[in-house]
Amino acid sequence: MSIRTEPMTINIGPQHPSTHGVFRLRVTFDGEDIIEAEPILGYLHRGTEKLAEERNYVQIVTLTDRLDYTASMTNNQAYCLAVEKLLEVEAPLRAKYLRTMTAELQRIASHLIAVGFFLQELGTFGGTPLMYAFRARERILDMFEMLCGARITLSYMRPGGVFWDPPSEFWSSLDEFLKEFPSDLAEMEDLLLNNEILMVRTREVSPLSAEEAINNSVSGPVLRASGVKMDLRVMDPYDAYSMVDFDVPIGSIGDNYDRFWVRMQEVRQSLRIIEQCVDQIEPGDYRLDLPKVLRAPEGTESYGKVEAPKGELGFYLFSDGGISPYRMKIRSPSLINLSVIDRLLVGWKLADMIVSLGSIDINMGEVDR
Amino acid sequence: MICVLEGFYQTNIIYRTIHGSLSGLMPCWSATIVTGIMFSLFLVNIFLVSTALMTWGERRLLGRFQTRVGPNRWGPFGLLQPIADLISLLFKENLIPRGSDKILFIVVPILIMMPVIMVLGVIPLAPGVALADLNVGVLYILAITSVSSLGIFIAGWSSNNRFAIFGAVRGVAVLISYEVPVVISLLGIVIISGSMSLLDIVEAQAIPFLMVQPMGLLVFFIGSSAEMNRTPFDIAEAESEIIAGFHTEFSGIKFAIIQAAEYGAMIVTSAIIAIVFLGGWSGPLPEYLGWFWILIKVLVCVFVFTWVRATLPRLRIDQIMAFCWKGLLPMSLINLLAVVIETFILKGPNGQLSVADLWIMCVINTIITVCTVIVLNKLISNKVDPLRSGSKILSQRELLLDGQGD
Amino acid sequence: MYGIEMVKGLLVTLKNFSKKPVTIQYPEQRVSQHPRFRGEEFSWYEERCTGCASCAKYCPLGIIEIVTDPSDTAVKQGDKYKLEKFDIQLFRCMFCGLCVEACPYDALFMGSGFEEGKYTRNDMIITIDDLRNSPKNPSTWYRPQLEAKNYDPRSGQQLSWKEVGRESWNWHKTEKAGMRITPDPKQD
Ligand code: SF4
Ligand code: SF4
Repeated sequence: MSIRTEPMTINIGPQHPSTHGVFRLRVTFDGEDIIEAEPILGYLHRGTEKLAEERNYVQIVTLTDRLDYTASMTNNQAYCLAVEKLLEVEAPLRAKYLRTMTAELQRIASHLIAVGFFLQELGTFGGTPLMYAFRARERILDMFEMLCGARITLSYMRPGGVFWDPPSEFWSSLDEFLKEFPSDLAEMEDLLLNNEILMVRTREVSPLSAEEAINNSVSGPVLRASGVKMDLRVMDPYDAYSMVDFDVPIGSIGDNYDRFWVRMQEVRQSLRIIEQCVDQIEPGDYRLDLPKVLRAPEGTESYGKVEAPKGELGFYLFSDGGISPYRMKIRSPSLINLSVIDRLLVGWKLADMIVSLGSIDINMGEVDR
Repeated sequence: MICVLEGFYQTNIIYRTIHGSLSGLMPCWSATIVTGIMFSLFLVNIFLVSTALMTWGERRLLGRFQTRVGPNRWGPFGLLQPIADLISLLFKENLIPRGSDKILFIVVPILIMMPVIMVLGVIPLAPGVALADLNVGVLYILAITSVSSLGIFIAGWSSNNRFAIFGAVRGVAVLISYEVPVVISLLGIVIISGSMSLLDIVEAQAIPFLMVQPMGLLVFFIGSSAEMNRTPFDIAEAESEIIAGFHTEFSGIKFAIIQAAEYGAMIVTSAIIAIVFLGGWSGPLPEYLGWFWILIKVLVCVFVFTWVRATLPRLRIDQIMAFCWKGLLPMSLINLLAVVIETFILKGPNGQLSVADLWIMCVINTIITVCTVIVLNKLISNKVDPLRSGSKILSQRELLLDGQGD
Repeated sequence: MYGIEMVKGLLVTLKNFSKKPVTIQYPEQRVSQHPRFRGEEFSWYEERCTGCASCAKYCPLGIIEIVTDPSDTAVKQGDKYKLEKFDIQLFRCMFCGLCVEACPYDALFMGSGFEEGKYTRNDMIITIDDLRNSPKNPSTWYRPQLEAKNYDPRSGQQLSWKEVGRESWNWHKTEKAGMRITPDPKQD
């Protein structure tokens, strides 16, 4: 005897506890199994690209803060690199180191959030790992506050460098952080990295093959988890990355666990980079002597890209000779990584859906721009 | 006629006191009824106050596990927080979703609350301090707690919400499956003590059954945390997946009652563990301080439940089912088999087990538990081996060299 | 072995259970706020302001509204204009600080507070009178002269227009946003 069943369609989001912002996913279930998943975007669209067309080059820095609001520093960096390419100038060495350092701090902060929410979505009640992650992230945000007076919307970098040198207390608290953070990290790893429940929940769940990842131009930790050896910091070094030594974790089959593992390892590497930057940085100029209102020659275009915590973040600028870009296009990693979501979800269960979504680590501010 | 019931209640000190003072004032039957009502009010209030304290306690504990503080604003140490919550929930609008089955929707909170209070009735807090000392106490507890699966199912059905349906289906599946190992693990206790009455079980514990029945405790602990929907088995109300599961649509006072029932279930389960496995009120203090011991034991259980909840992530539905049928059920059956054989061999001429017998069983059962856990471990070890992975950490040079080849 | 890692995790939470909570009970306790904090209630020094409206032009949101009036009775330092209106629509402000960066006369400073809750939007517009009368605890953001003095806005010490100094003059000498940190000893 067979029971007559029919598929059930559910809207996950826009109001849902774990969709990382206002994100909607229309999923069709057969029992607990997903047979169809369709992401619906646009709830957080703010028209950043259009707004940029009527702001001058420095003012746009404040807009980039609000793209991926968990990683403003790298957004600033990508944009400033694009402007510098457009103007054909280069930031002073000290500024490069400062940028590298703060970008890596931001990577740690962003990965901590990603990992924390990933574990939260696995169902640790009340978010114990999330609290531990936030505890460590809080120290980074504190340092950012010393640096530039804000914690999230930093606007620290400017075309041609960074806006100001760090205060002296920044260096001491950075040292302290570098000394104490590894033990915090070890604690988080002890808590859940090899936990059996985490293993059975994430191992071999929602794998993403290397071809599929490349075909969908996925980038960042998601790409590296699939075993593709690609890291912009190594392949196309910008700022001070060519002067520091670090390793790149590469996953094997691109399942949820690999994506989680790659992030955890990247945090360690980021620490190494910061340590080296602190050693190598020397006094000097931190900002180029550029005019307040920048003008790029007519018809010039540039593309600045960085390895943001979530993947390759690129800014394409086209100038018509005015004080603001004629067109700014943002290549946001979250949006492009999200394009594989239906491949990751179909065939898996409802519980895996949330975890896979968390493992891609999307940020709706960046997806909808 | 109702006075026939009196014999049934006679074991209870409080009952006897109240009834004795009332029977001078009114006829026997009305005294029995009034006493009964007073007693149930007493019980329900104790239950409500303790669940209220429980909500506060768990939030404080969870807070500390997460290096937070937890509710500490209202009253000393935030102790009045439950009252604030209650007032807030009481004044919420009474929402009944459109398209829901209205009557069932209203019945659900009662249906979920009822079994918990009913079970509380037979739990002895000290010798003679229970509403009823049933001679089939264990059976009664098992029978009544299964009713809550009905409540969960009706909650999902009546709220006309797809998340609620998900939660209900999951919840019922978990409850029904985990009922089996829980029952079988309690069976071992019943065989050793030779009685189903909770009083007798406590008295039979010359050494706590925790030691005699380590596997039984393990199975009971895991199984009952699944039945209470607590992590790692809280799929029926997995907040990161299906909002709040079966009680997604319940708000205001209905939500409060469901929450109270959930916390109440935790207290009741802790109490059962304390009585059945931890030796109840027995302890080094004189007997009239037995309530103190039982309180401590309950609090320890609550702490452990909260601790586990704060640490572990959640399993998936198929894994939970597999764990029950492939893990817990064999464990409980092995345990039962061991207990039956040991009791058959060791029991004395009058059918009783002496303290020495219990110690022998303790040793044997501990060995059996360790062996079973190791064997089960071997069977599933390839699923959870962290080293079985092709992941690697490449240096910059390696990355560049390989990258060009790709 | 199965279970070992779980026990390890349980021990981690138990260890944290015994630690002191890291959270702060906000109204009674406060986190230490860094001097560069970009806060609300801008500190504006009328004596220094020339009404040049650089700040208004540089604000990405265009929320500063300045109306000036030519006046010959002005006694303030170096100005020829009387300010009639200096409105900052605080409810749209994102505290980016670009207006402060733009001010060539060091007349505008970021504030250091953050508790400026109001019930209506109109209350959130800082008018020129509010700016004149508000307590002046300027943030050291983009103001090296204050940072060199180790000024802490949260210490409660208020600064008058003479005390805040004027560093930007040196910087803007070359008509560019050049940012030399060490002031030239020869000048002023
Ligand atoms: S802080 Fe930024 S948004 Fe606010 S008034 Fe100044 S420039 Fe405008
Ligand atoms: S830029 Fe400075 S001087 Fe000019 S109007 Fe604004 S506050 Fe006044």
